[in-house]
Amino acid sequence: MNRFLFPLGVFVILAAFLAVGLTLNPREVPSPLVDKPVPAFKLAQLAQPELEFTQKDMLGQVWLLNVWASWCVSCREEHPILVELARNRVVPVIGLNYKDKPPEAKAWLKQFGDPYMLSVMDQDGRVGIDYGVYGVPETFVIDRAGVIRYKQIGPVTREALEGKILPLVRQLQKS
Amino acid sequence: MKALAILLLALAPLCAALPAAANEAVPTDLDRVQQKRAVDLAENLRCLVCQNQTIADSNAELAQDLRRQVREQIAQGRSDAEIVSFMVQRYGDFVLYKPPVKATTLLLWFGPALLLLVGMLALLRNLRGRAKRDSPHALNDEERARARGLLDGSGGKDAA
Repeated sequence: MNRFLFPLGVFVILAAFLAVGLTLNPREVPSPLVDKPVPAFKLAQLAQPELEFTQKDMLGQVWLLNVWASWCVSCREEHPILVELARNRVVPVIGLNYKDKPPEAKAWLKQFGDPYMLSVMDQDGRVGIDYGVYGVPETFVIDRAGVIRYKQIGPVTREALEGKILPLVRQLQKS
Repeated sequence: MKALAILLLALAPLCAALPAAANEAVPTDLDRVQQKRAVDLAENLRCLVCQNQTIADSNAELAQDLRRQVREQIAQGRSDAEIVSFMVQRYGDFVLYKPPVKATTLLLWFGPALLLLVGMLALLRNLRGRAKRDSPHALNDEERARARGLLDGSGGKDAA
């Protein structure tokens, strides 16, 4: 009897590991930036390129940094959710327009709506690298002290917004 | 045979062209040693877009940007360790093709050896058990007589 129990046990353990492995998303790489200060940047604004904007301008507020681009297909997926979020004025969203061409980015915002307090241009993707961006869209939740508290990789879904991002934002706004 | 030789000759320039293509993105402002370092580093950093490729293999835009970062930092005189830690700070240990040995990766590093050990022990136990079970024991008189009977072809029934 023992002879069969042992292989069976090994099989069950292996199957359990593989089953868990199947449900994990290999695209979700935990960001080492969570709980670290936001990487510094100083970039020209998309709407007014003569004006610069830095992460310091948001100190004292809870805010979202959303990395987007007009060439990014899944950005369209999350966009209505961001527009709705902006309409409710819950939390300011700064756009990091990543490796995009300004005319195309502007046209894109005109077409789909502009949920951003403002967007800054990261045309060569250097700031993106500082933020560990590898799959646009990405969204960071940043607290009053300028510390990253959460990173959403891929589009902001309604579940992610209501289950994770908004509760966190409200909690951070209270503190 | 001759056809094969011709085929190989025809293919030779293609093979020769491959390393050249891999080097094309390296700017000329790096000397030979620095270029080698850039390629070595790129071969040990993972492209996060196409996760099973290094940034040297991948042509994703991110990989190109990261290769550019590596080259720029080499040109600025940074050490390999500094460049690797630059990447790890931004993308985590996942960016390393060879994960570092630490508490959370012990099982990853030594798991296979552990499995091998367990397998060897199981095999050893099994073999010992079998040896004990199958070891020939001396025949008693009755058995010996029966065996003789069998060998004589008389069926061993009228052994005596």
